[in-house]
Amino acid sequence: MEIVQLVVIGMIASILYLILQEFGAPIGFLIILVSSILIFSVVIKHINGVFQLIHYLGERASIEGMYIETILKIIGIAYITELGSSLTKDAGLSSIATKIELAGKIFILVISIPIITALLEAIINFLPVN
Amino acid sequence: MILDATILFQIAGIGIIVAMIHTILKQMGKEEIAHFATLVGFIIVLAIVINGLSDLFQKIKSLFLFQG
Repeated sequence: MEIVQLVVIGMIASILYLILQEFGAPIGFLIILVSSILIFSVVIKHINGVFQLIHYLGERASIEGMYIETILKIIGIAYITELGSSLTKDAGLSSIATKIELAGKIFILVISIPIITALLEAIINFLPVN
Repeated sequence: MILDATILFQIAGIGIIVAMIHTILKQMGKEEIAHFATLVGFIIVLAIVINGLSDLFQKIKSLFLFQG
């Protein structure tokens, strides 16, 4: 039951953060960062298994590798962006957090350009264009 | 490092000790040294955290097929 351990780590982190807030702010922020790193690195191990399953299914369904790779990249960008933006929001800089989210969205769009182009070309091929 | 809450307690301990040093130095009337002590404590903790952060980013990169 790793989830219990993760929840306990989150509770410990919040208690320590509350204690440290009395003294000095900057180290309390580092506690948030460390606890999110801990939880993330535990979760990532399990994501690895899920991704191997996705790769396997894609190979069996003979889907072109580029598409699955793009989707995984998008998920990765979303994870990193969420981590960064929530940390920044916790530090009280919600405007910078919004900018980080904007950057993540734009990078996702840029990465998915080949797929969008392929889709549009497929649609154009269907249409009887003179 | 994975699933190990000791790093949290370490950081909290460093934070409390640094805060105490800061308070004592402030009471002695040495404000500049107190600020330096806080800064040094912060940098020590930052060095610990940065290692973990780079580890996490390497993992994310290798997992999500980022080249680079």
